[in-house]
Amino acid sequence: MKNHVWRPLFVVIAIVIGILLFRAFYVPSDFGTHDQGYTFGYHRLSNEQEWKDYPAKYKGNDYCNECHDDKIEEVESAHHATIPCENCHGAAFDHPDDPEKLIIDRSRELCIRCHAKLTMPSSDRNDIPGIDPAQHNKGEECSECHNPHNPSLEDM
Amino acid sequence: MKRRDFLKSTAVFVAGASVSVSALDFITPKELFAANPQLKWGFLVDTHKCVGCGFCVKACKTENDIPFEANVTRTWVERYVIKKDGDVVMDSPKGAREGFTTKLLDQNHSGMTLVPENEIAQAFFVPKLCNHCTTPACVQVCPVGATYQTADGAVLVDRTWCIGCGYCIMGCPYGVRFFHPVEHVADKCTFCYHRIKKGDNAACAQACPYGARQIGNLKDPNDPVAQALMNQRVGVLRDEYGTKPNVYYIGLNKEVR
Repeated sequence: MKNHVWRPLFVVIAIVIGILLFRAFYVPSDFGTHDQGYTFGYHRLSNEQEWKDYPAKYKGNDYCNECHDDKIEEVESAHHATIPCENCHGAAFDHPDDPEKLIIDRSRELCIRCHAKLTMPSSDRNDIPGIDPAQHNKGEECSECHNPHNPSLEDM
Repeated sequence: MKRRDFLKSTAVFVAGASVSVSALDFITPKELFAANPQLKWGFLVDTHKCVGCGFCVKACKTENDIPFEANVTRTWVERYVIKKDGDVVMDSPKGAREGFTTKLLDQNHSGMTLVPENEIAQAFFVPKLCNHCTTPACVQVCPVGATYQTADGAVLVDRTWCIGCGYCIMGCPYGVRFFHPVEHVADKCTFCYHRIKKGDNAACAQACPYGARQIGNLKDPNDPVAQALMNQRVGVLRDEYGTKPNVYYIGLNKEVR
């Protein structure tokens, strides 16, 4: 064949080899379709492990109970027993090592998440005792009168 | 054309066509199902139990390092107020990260509106999160294979591989995907993959004081979520898109979009 055919052909072959080489180095060896097939499963397999290793911040009531069993017992008989400790006390992370102390959210804004009175006839929100935050002891922290671990109005 | 040529080309065409058709269906959904029969994650939301406290949103943001002040979230809660004349007023102020604390409904640029008590026919909350669809539209559109479905049904994003093109954010019919303001990649709910794979509860489900959110294995007949799907009337969001969601809702109204 003639020179003018061979020369561009060499260029094309060189480009293709270049792309294949780049791909061989750049694409990880565990990249493939795996279990779920081409449409939904094409991925780097080790990423699943990376997500599994993501650090958890919330440790759950059982973790709190390992040291603070007296507090758990106190709240257990009250209406607020259904609320996990970490909702108000903050995520445990690696407490007691890091952080040494958890910052408790005592703000009004936290309490009125549930206790602001709304009209919600097809939701359980309607059955929660509620106040109008604009009228009810404005500016005061709820915990000054109400005990969050035993919110019963009779025991106030 | 001679008869010999005609027969020849017909034979070649038929042979070629049959090969390419058989090449197309080399993976069937049934085969995939059989390959991994023991585990498939599913999520159950009871809209009656949801009180709109937004602790799930707060817990999710902390657990998954989504900046609290950024206006993006992996899960959020919507409030629906259906009036007696049939009008639907809906809001989700900042994804309900601070819960619902006022009767005023946030209508964005048209301001806050108040629906008078005597006009309300129904009012309820609907928590939303990624549906981890069985046939996810977001995965199909990813040009680099950065988002994918695991064998147990979770849809995840590979943060080192995502190029941030945003196709998946546009492709999701539920609007659950967003651009992560710190990582600069597409982000979405992972069903708390790091927690559930260790046997823990998802952060949002753990934070819910009323048990409105539950995660479970749909292939275990004794699992509470699988039980509820078998015994109760449940619905999914936007069934017409054919994405086959794995988040099921008890008490879903037609007004919920």
